[in-house]
Formats: sequence, structure tokens, C-alpha cells
Amino acid sequence: MIPLLRHIFRTGILTEPMPEAEGGPQREIDRLHDEILKVLGRALTIREIDAGSCNGCELEIHALNNPYYNLEGRGIKFVASPRHADMLLVTGPVTRNMENALRIAYDCTPDPKLVVAVGDCGCNGGVFGESYASCGAVDNVVGVDLRIPGCPPTPLALMQGILAAISTTK
Amino acid sequence: MYFITLSMIFHAEPIEFVRQPGLGAPVWRGRAADGEDLLRFAISVHRHQGRLAALWGEDRRQQGAGYRLHCVFALDEGWPWLSLDLAAEGDRCPVYPDLSGIFPAANRMQRATRDLVGIATDGSDQRPWLRHGAWPADWYPLRHDAVHEVGMGAGFANFPSDYEFVKVGGEGAHEIPVGPIHAGIIEPGHFRFSVVGERVLRLEQRLGYQHKGVEKLLIGADLAHGARLVGRVSGDSTCAYAWAYADAVEAACRVEPPPRALHLRALMLERERVANHLGDLGALGNDAAFAFGLTQFMRLKEDWLRLNQQLFGHRFMMDRIVPGGVVMDVDAAALAAMIEQCGVVRGEVRKLRALYDAHAGLQDRFATTGAIDTALARELSLSGMAARASGILLDGRAHRQGYTPPAPYAQLGVRPVTDERGDVAARVAVRFDEIYESLRLLREIALGLPGGEIRVEVAPLGDASGLGAIEGWRGEVLVGVQFAADGRLARVHPHDPSWQAWPALEHAVMKDIVPDFPLINKSFNLSYSGADL
Repeated sequence: MIPLLRHIFRTGILTEPMPEAEGGPQREIDRLHDEILKVLGRALTIREIDAGSCNGCELEIHALNNPYYNLEGRGIKFVASPRHADMLLVTGPVTRNMENALRIAYDCTPDPKLVVAVGDCGCNGGVFGESYASCGAVDNVVGVDLRIPGCPPTPLALMQGILAAISTTK
Repeated sequence: MYFITLSMIFHAEPIEFVRQPGLGAPVWRGRAADGEDLLRFAISVHRHQGRLAALWGEDRRQQGAGYRLHCVFALDEGWPWLSLDLAAEGDRCPVYPDLSGIFPAANRMQRATRDLVGIATDGSDQRPWLRHGAWPADWYPLRHDAVHEVGMGAGFANFPSDYEFVKVGGEGAHEIPVGPIHAGIIEPGHFRFSVVGERVLRLEQRLGYQHKGVEKLLIGADLAHGARLVGRVSGDSTCAYAWAYADAVEAACRVEPPPRALHLRALMLERERVANHLGDLGALGNDAAFAFGLTQFMRLKEDWLRLNQQLFGHRFMMDRIVPGGVVMDVDAAALAAMIEQCGVVRGEVRKLRALYDAHAGLQDRFATTGAIDTALARELSLSGMAARASGILLDGRAHRQGYTPPAPYAQLGVRPVTDERGDVAARVAVRFDEIYESLRLLREIALGLPGGEIRVEVAPLGDASGLGAIEGWRGEVLVGVQFAADGRLARVHPHDPSWQAWPALEHAVMKDIVPDFPLINKSFNLSYSGADL
């Protein structure tokens, strides 16, 4: 136990300051937390749905919870069910084999729900486009509030996008 | 070396194979006269402890022929690539002999081949695999004359489909359906557990949810677009795919990439391996309720990815390996930064390993959980990290009896890591040791990086074909390439090691309890997208 605690102590706190919301004005973390509370009455919960990605976007979404970005430490939490979620973070392209599952998950999410399309594929179909197997953009299947482009988008871009989605819909 | 064509006979079978030219993995090309021929060769490969590496189909009616079935086997010497021509008979599905009785791994590949190309086996399992109901059963996307509309859905209605899972009966037996959307941040797939209490009697997977039609997009693509698509078959293995594709194209077009490019490719591949192993070791700790492990390893992974961004302009090094070489060079300062980071990461990983090893609760979850013995691993044609953790000394980067790895690994002297136990603990141990070995290799590569060009021109060669095989972090990544007469891509098949490993996961979870499944699953960390295409 002691070596473990020593290791934790030695590592220290690595969490970096929050980035600016995309296109939004500079705001402090405290104000942002207030903002989130105002919009949602509690911390933001996100249900991530991979609707057909190459798993590149998932790698970066995973990174959001590493100690540098520490999204959960800021009150933004990934949850296991769409019924617990305020926001759906959807990666694409939406395959036709996932089209129905995505619709069901969307319907299960309580209002007011935010939908954020992640990655070039989620935004516009990316290299996969629309075909017999692909519906392309997330927007083609469920309504989207905000798009975060990139292949894959960096964790910073993801954070900025998530913050922008919250602040534009308050 | 190009102009020497080596012919080869395997195990006294009557098929004559010709060595593929180029600097890539040792691949031999052969033609089976008929189904009997193919079956006999498959049996012979199996008898010599070989594996089925990949299987796919091709519509060659535009070339005035019928259909072609491609089977890539793996033997100690390398990869015999056997093709079987099948005559087209109107709209009917040509039939070839079922190989799944010899290699169980063939089952899903054969079913996918039927769904996509419309050539079928004479076997009993005719359930669709990649086709769920989004397109009609008698419409085959990879046939050249497949009529469809442009855009989303290609004009077909999307019907929900029923899938015949194998039923488990008996008192107290019940099913737990999971997915396609899972609870975590993970790709979609459906798992059907048959359980008694919390003990798993059987797991049956139904995949294909990630099928986005990559192979159809590759038909008619040019070289550069092909590289972008193949680099996105499975994002966590983008370097392995890009290299395998480049190898296949270079072998087909008879181009040799410069030595510096090969070393830089190896540098990227090893960095990809380390990044994934770091992430998985953290996640494995987390799945055994040791969140400390996740935090610590994710920190190291983030440092690692940030240096990728700094040196290669991309955190996962996507689109950096292309046919002919690589697109960007590194300077001495970059190499020094990399060497320094390798030292730091080695020290940190050693400390974390000591903490993992000393943690009784963690070891209790890891040991004996999700075990696959050597015989089963062989039977399932398993490759890569999972095979090595089941005691099979098999690594495309390392020398073995009768096999010389392709450049630059031949001169690096890779020391493959194995573990006899086959359980989660073994896969954790192999990952730790592979990190150390990759860090050593990275240092070697950085110190011995040859000078010169990093890229040569590649002119597509009409009607040529090639196969690339790369030892990715998960296992053997194969890419088969066939050019059309006009130099565009006629058919590309990217093959993920997950095809073989998914059925292994079904076996690994048997007799364990449901709560152990996430841990066992993560110890393999298989690609859904890679096998769903």
C-alpha cells in the first residue's frame, strides 16, 4: 500500500486548465461550472455511442478521462445508459446496421437532450460517405446540435466542442 | 531480388507456389485446380500446425472469368496464398468446399464472403454474417454488376433481422443479451450469454454492426485514396494497416521502398504497439477495480501520443505510411526526444509492474481467468499477442525456424515474448514484456536509422496483385491487393487478426462468471471495426 501511495504522491496533480469553448468567449472554470449547473441543474452526463466508427474517435474520447484532461473531475461524466444522459456523443459514420440502435438510444434519452456528432465521419460521413452500408453523417439519422470535426478530433477539440454545445443551448 | 522467382512446394502437395517479389513478408502465390485441391492443401496445412490467415472472394467476371476465392494460410516458412477460380453460373452462387471443419476460423469469413461477393460453401452454417437486413439476400455489394442507387442505403429498406443463436437448454439456464450498444466507450457488437446463475455456459457473438462497406469503397479507388481507407479499417492499428497495404502495393508494382522509410515505418509500428499496450494495461487494472492503474497508464499513454503529435503531426500517425515509403521524416532532435521518452516510460512501467504484481486483489482477478490453452489457440488459428500469451512462439517480426522476418526487423533481432498460461494474467504479462521489447527496438531503430530518401514513386501496374502481412500490436494484419487493367484498385481485402480472435473470446469466457467478461474481453481488446469492414 505504501509504495502505491508514494507513487500517487510522486505523480502529483497533472490536470491542465480547461480550454476556451469553441468560438465562445474566455471563461473561468468556476463560471463554466455555474453555467453547467444553470443549464442542467447538476453535472453533465454523457452517453457515448459508437455508431460505426473505426475506433479512432473512441481512443480520443477515452483520453478525456486521463488525468491531463480529467473531464470527470469537472463534473462531466460518461454514463452507461442513455436514460441517464443529458448528451449523446455519437461517432460515425452511422452504419445501416447501427441505424436502428442509434434511433432507439436517442428515443431513450430524456429531453432536453443534446446530440454532438464526433469526427469527420460523424459530421459528414468522412471517407466512408453514404452507401448501401452507411448512412453517413449522424445528422442523417438523428438531429444534431453540434459537430466536432477531426480525424479523429483531439481531446482538446472534443472538450471545446462539448463546452460549446452546453453554452449555446442554455 | 525481384527477378529471381522462387518456386516452392509445401508438404509434397501438388500445388506449385511462386514467391512474391519485394521486401515484404514471405508470401507464396499458388493456384488450386479445384475444390478438392484446396481442401487437400488446407488439411495438409492443418496437419503441419499451420493456420488459416485470411479468406475472401473476388468477382472477376469483368476480366472474362468467374469468381475467385482467396485463402491465405500461415506456415512456419511464411504465407502460402492459394486462389481457387469458380465458374459463374448466371445469378447463382458458385459453391466451394467448406473449410470450417478443418479451420473453425473459416466460418465467419466464409459467411461474410457469401454476404458480400455471393460465393458460398457447401457447409451447413449458411446464416448471414455481415448482412443484417440492410440489403437484400440476393444482392451482393462486391459484384461489379450489383445495381443500386447512389446515397444512403443505396435504395434498400433497412429491415430488422432475426438471428438464429444457438439455444442452450436445461434447468435454470437463461440468456443475457448484451449490445449492440455497450455500457462503456466501446464499439458496438452483440453478445448473447447463456448462463446458469452467474456461470457462463456459452457465449455467442453477433457482429457486423460496424460494417460500413470499406471493401466496396476500395473498388475503383486510386492508390492514395486506398491508403486513406485502409488506414481507417481499425483506427488503433492504423500504422499496421497502412504498412500492410503499402507492402501489398509495393509487391504488386515491384517497387522497393528506401531503407530509411522501412525503419521509420517500424518506428511508427512500435510506437503504435506501445501506445495500445499502455492503454490496455490501464484499462485492465480498471476492470479489476484498480482505478490507480488506469490513471497512471493513461498518463503515460497521453505523454506518448503527445510526442507522436509533435514528431509526426498526428497522435495516431494516420496517413503517415504510404505506398513507396513514408510522408514525413524525423530529425536528430526528434530522435533524441524519442530515445529520452523511451527511457522515462521504461522506468515508469517497471514501477507500475511491480505495483501490479504485488497487488493481491488484482492478481486474483487475472490468474486463471479467461484461459485458452496452446492446442485451442492453434485450432482457432489465433495470431499475435493473444497467441503468444497461449504459449505459441509466433511473431512476424522475429526469426524462427525457416522464417526470416522482413526488413528492417531481420537485422533488429526481435525477441518474441510468450507465456504458457493463456489466461488474463498471461496477456497482461506479455503486454508488459512487449512494451519493454518495443522500447528497446525503438532505441535501436532511432540509433541506427539509415540516411537517404524516405519515399519513392509508385506507378500502379495493371492486373498485378500483392499481399502484405504486418505484425500489428493485436496480431497479424493482412492486406491483399488486386489492380485492374487501368491501374486502379480492383479489389482490396484488409484482414484483421480479430477475425480469428473473436471466436477465441467465446471459448475463453466459458466456465468463468459473467462479471469476469469485461476483464477477459479487455485482455484481448479486439477490433469490431477491423473485422466488420
